Amino acid sequence: MKTGTLKQILLITDGCSNQGEDPIAMAALAKEQGITVNVIGVMEHDVIDEQGMNEIEGIAMSGGGVSQVVYAQQLSQTVQMVTRKAMTQTLQGVVNKELQQILGGEKTMEDLPPEQRGEVMEVVDELGETVELEVLVLVDTSASMKHKLPTVKEALLDLSLSLNARSGDNRFSVFVFPGKKKDVEKLLDWTPKLESLTSIFSKLTTGGITPTGPAIREALTYFKKKRSLRSLLSRDDDESFFEESV
Amino acid sequence: MMMMNHSLKSQCKVNLGTVIEGKWHRNRYTIVKELGYGANGIVYLAKSQNQQVALKMSDNGMSITSEVNVLKSFAKVQGSALGPSLLDVDDWERRGSKISFYVMEYIQGPDLLTFIHQKGPSWTGVLIVQLLSDLEALHKNGWVFGDLKPDNLIVTGPPPKIRTIDVGGTTVQGRAIKEFTEFYDRGYWGLGTRKADPAYDLFAAAMILINTAYPKRFSKSTGDLKQLKLMVRQKKELLKYEDVILNALQGNYASADEMRNDMLQLTRSSSGQRSTPNRKKGQTTGSQPVSRQAYIQKKKKGGFIETVLIVLIVTLLYLFYIYGQLL
Repeated sequence: MKTGTLKQILLITDGCSNQGEDPIAMAALAKEQGITVNVIGVMEHDVIDEQGMNEIEGIAMSGGGVSQVVYAQQLSQTVQMVTRKAMTQTLQGVVNKELQQILGGEKTMEDLPPEQRGEVMEVVDELGETVELEVLVLVDTSASMKHKLPTVKEALLDLSLSLNARSGDNRFSVFVFPGKKKDVEKLLDWTPKLESLTSIFSKLTTGGITPTGPAIREALTYFKKKRSLRSLLSRDDDESFFEESV
Repeated sequence: MMMMNHSLKSQCKVNLGTVIEGKWHRNRYTIVKELGYGANGIVYLAKSQNQQVALKMSDNGMSITSEVNVLKSFAKVQGSALGPSLLDVDDWERRGSKISFYVMEYIQGPDLLTFIHQKGPSWTGVLIVQLLSDLEALHKNGWVFGDLKPDNLIVTGPPPKIRTIDVGGTTVQGRAIKEFTEFYDRGYWGLGTRKADPAYDLFAAAMILINTAYPKRFSKSTGDLKQLKLMVRQKKELLKYEDVILNALQGNYASADEMRNDMLQLTRSSSGQRSTPNRKKGQTTGSQPVSRQAYIQKKKKGGFIETVLIVLIVTLLYLFYIYGQLL
């Protein structure tokens, strides 16, 4: 079974967007392009209001991903759990499609008797261990996030530790919004390891607006741009691989 | 197409007294009380034909299936009780939605920390030794327990016997650990990867030992071996396990049996002397396995003395020679 590469956006924020496109619509757009959007809401002493909660859940729902609101202390554990959970969810979708082709109709894994479900689960587990994964991390750096950023950094290092324990390849990139001039600013280009974050993160400045929608839209182009750039290099093995994953 | 869970909070709270009937096997279970909950569901005490059972349900059918796979594989291992035995797997249809559940043997008793608190610290060594032989069997069968922590360890009896519950973190060796708790995770302390190998569980076992002296745990400050060493040295009841703990924390044990042997040596000799009985033992009886750190230190010290001696002798001979020449 060929699954291509799993693509995820991981949005870390602490509240509501206040500029540009509706982030929920942008998340739906991401899903259409095969990119899952996960959202983590970080609280500290403040509580995220209902509007913020609705937005966080809305983005994940239309982005086909997972959302979770947590206190800053639990961020590390949550980030890796949400990412793994979304991976399994996507893979289950892939496996379910295969099942439907084999069994016909609307049958999914959940419709099988429990005894047979186990074998299908082993396939999902195996894929989760070996599949290639791209995670684009999108960090809200509006003023209220300032003192949470060290925790965010820790959580991202922890995420790379968790995912790099898999045998499949990982690629991470990190973006912050709002950027200095644009809505989004690239902090770290696609890399298998996030260790280099340590030095960059301390130099971050925070402030201003929260353009969550535009940030997601920009992030999408980055998945694409990378793909076309890499196919320009025309390394033959890569080319076939991308065609399949489109 | 498929049901997606958009948040991790559990939607399967059930009132006490509810009767749960399986869709496939038609067994009926009456919910008695909640035993515990985690990221992947809730465990209830339930009654079925006057038998007490533990029932775990989750709105995430995947994790249920995954845990059932582990328990089934455990059941094939003869002669040892690696986890609770599996009794039933089914779906419960509730108001149009479907909740997966499985039923297992109810393992009754206090958790590890509660038991040690009640009965005293002399039980610590015994129970950890018991745990290590269970881990050895688990590892031999290609698994790593993963989420090893006092909450997942129940002391049943009498006679007291430690049992593991909750196989949510149990992972095939060589894969990425499925579920873990930060305090017991070597990745969190910067002392290793999250790849499932036997040493991962042994690290957690050492953290459990530390946990018995610090029931409220503690948080990461420097977050490295130095901090953990310091915490061990500050507690008298941990000092006697110091060597074993440090070896396990650094991944020096290749198997649970190795760690178990070292633990046994300690508990055997700890009745009389207080100060590092392990090293003493290692020196008197050369044939018995010495704890690694003690061994390395002894070797290092020995090497140093040897070098000094050789240099001294050569210098002396040379001096004699010069002296002879001068005369």
